[in-house]
Amino acid sequence: MSVKTPSRLEKVLADGYFAVTTECGPPRGSDLGEITRKAEYVKDHVDAVNVTDNQTSVTRLCSLACCIHLKQMGLEPVLQMVTRDRNRIALQSDILGAAGFDIHNILCLSGDHQSFGDSAQGQNVHDLDSMQLLQTVRRMRDEGTFLGGDTINRPPEMFTGAAANPFADPFEIRVPRLAKKVAAGAEFIQTQCIYNLDKFEEWMKGIRDRGLHEQVAILAGLTPFKSAGMARFMKNKVPGMDVPDDVVKRMADQPKEKQPEEGIKICIESMQRLKEVEGVSGFHIMAIEWEQKVPELVEGAGLHPRPGA
Amino acid sequence: MIVAEQKPIQEIIEEIRGDHSVLILGCNECVTVCEAGGKKEVAVLASALRMHFMQQGEQKQIEERTLERQCDQEYLEELRDDIDRYDSVLSLACGAGIQFTAEKYHATPVYPGVNTKFIGVTEERGYWTERCQACGQCVLAQTGGICPVSRCAKRLFNGPCGGSTQGKCEINPELDCAWQLIIDRLKSLNQLEAYEVLAPIKDWSTDRDGGPRNVVREDVES
Repeated sequence: MSVKTPSRLEKVLADGYFAVTTECGPPRGSDLGEITRKAEYVKDHVDAVNVTDNQTSVTRLCSLACCIHLKQMGLEPVLQMVTRDRNRIALQSDILGAAGFDIHNILCLSGDHQSFGDSAQGQNVHDLDSMQLLQTVRRMRDEGTFLGGDTINRPPEMFTGAAANPFADPFEIRVPRLAKKVAAGAEFIQTQCIYNLDKFEEWMKGIRDRGLHEQVAILAGLTPFKSAGMARFMKNKVPGMDVPDDVVKRMADQPKEKQPEEGIKICIESMQRLKEVEGVSGFHIMAIEWEQKVPELVEGAGLHPRPGA
Repeated sequence: MIVAEQKPIQEIIEEIRGDHSVLILGCNECVTVCEAGGKKEVAVLASALRMHFMQQGEQKQIEERTLERQCDQEYLEELRDDIDRYDSVLSLACGAGIQFTAEKYHATPVYPGVNTKFIGVTEERGYWTERCQACGQCVLAQTGGICPVSRCAKRLFNGPCGGSTQGKCEINPELDCAWQLIIDRLKSLNQLEAYEVLAPIKDWSTDRDGGPRNVVREDVES
């Protein structure tokens, strides 16, 4: 498989390895030290690190600045970009800003609604949606033009990704929806956290039936539970999340002090099972404020050392 | 229709506090249908205000009138002979009617008695919901007759987002997910293949983003 960008993530996938990505949430302040600490935990165990873009609509230090910081530390950043907060001028401008610092990966998202965050009275933009942002990035890269038609001097070279939630409703359009993202230009997909492996495998079968796994690299999303309380919260409170009862029970059956260990174990077992699923090209580990556990998860799943390390 | 809702009475009282003679001006169109500013609501509001100011020991002249439309020159003209009798007008029309009344009568303050909410429908008496945001370029032919601009909280053209759960929107479990409705509708029309057509990037210049809009029709101009 030939590569189209200088992205390390793209190269790992093209060389036929399972890719491993993780994510870091920027701080609610201007202390880049927090990002430095998170990056130190994960740098030898992943191929690339996503930086979230004001996730859950809570105002934070911007994704682009954190990506530049990670790049300068020698890590490979994935710029997450939501269409909630910027119009097409600002989106294209920030893409160029990232390209100026040789950031070679982007994840195109619509973003959580602002009512979940600290600015519920603010406007949302959604000039483009996530699929249209994918098209925009691909156009800027492949045709070297802005949406307005003018030529870009030194176009961005970005491996272009999107998110997929195999568990959201309606289930029947989840595969067609992925097909749309591929048609819009997605080259890699990071999925919502997977706890219902049977349902994920059913989705993957639908992906394979349409040959989509040969057109896009699917990175299975995972988040380890720290506690039974977290499992219940994810099950009951997070929209679009599918946590089966037996997983919650498995966490709850452990004494409190053993629950973090059990969460890690479930996560590693999931990765081991998913490695066998045809069409899964890697893993996206979202260890929310638990980044120090990423090395243990990657090693436990037999994904260490990373290629080229 | 345009759906409006009466402002809290305390806010209305503040608006007209300094005025001695006030005309409460209803409109016989949309605000009558949504029971916010028709003849009946004018009467109820006038009584409430008279009672309030009487209890406060304030002398105020509060009169009632309802025009056929406040968004039309000819009906607004009906006020011409009487307007100077009032210190202010409290209009219960939509935002368009309130402004058109104010434009017509420069020397008289015109205050809003309602908050204009949206273009919508009466689902049942006492329950109105939004259907249109007047984006200026209708896409309903591509979306099974259900509008993603007005009914999706993120106005996604290629939805649904990952927050759609059991047919409901992530921001409110009472709210239908527009894209679930679109998909259900495409299915019943036997047009589900239309879902996979990528919606092009929208030209928002026909929306408010292009500046205040107008429609010119030379064929009907007088």
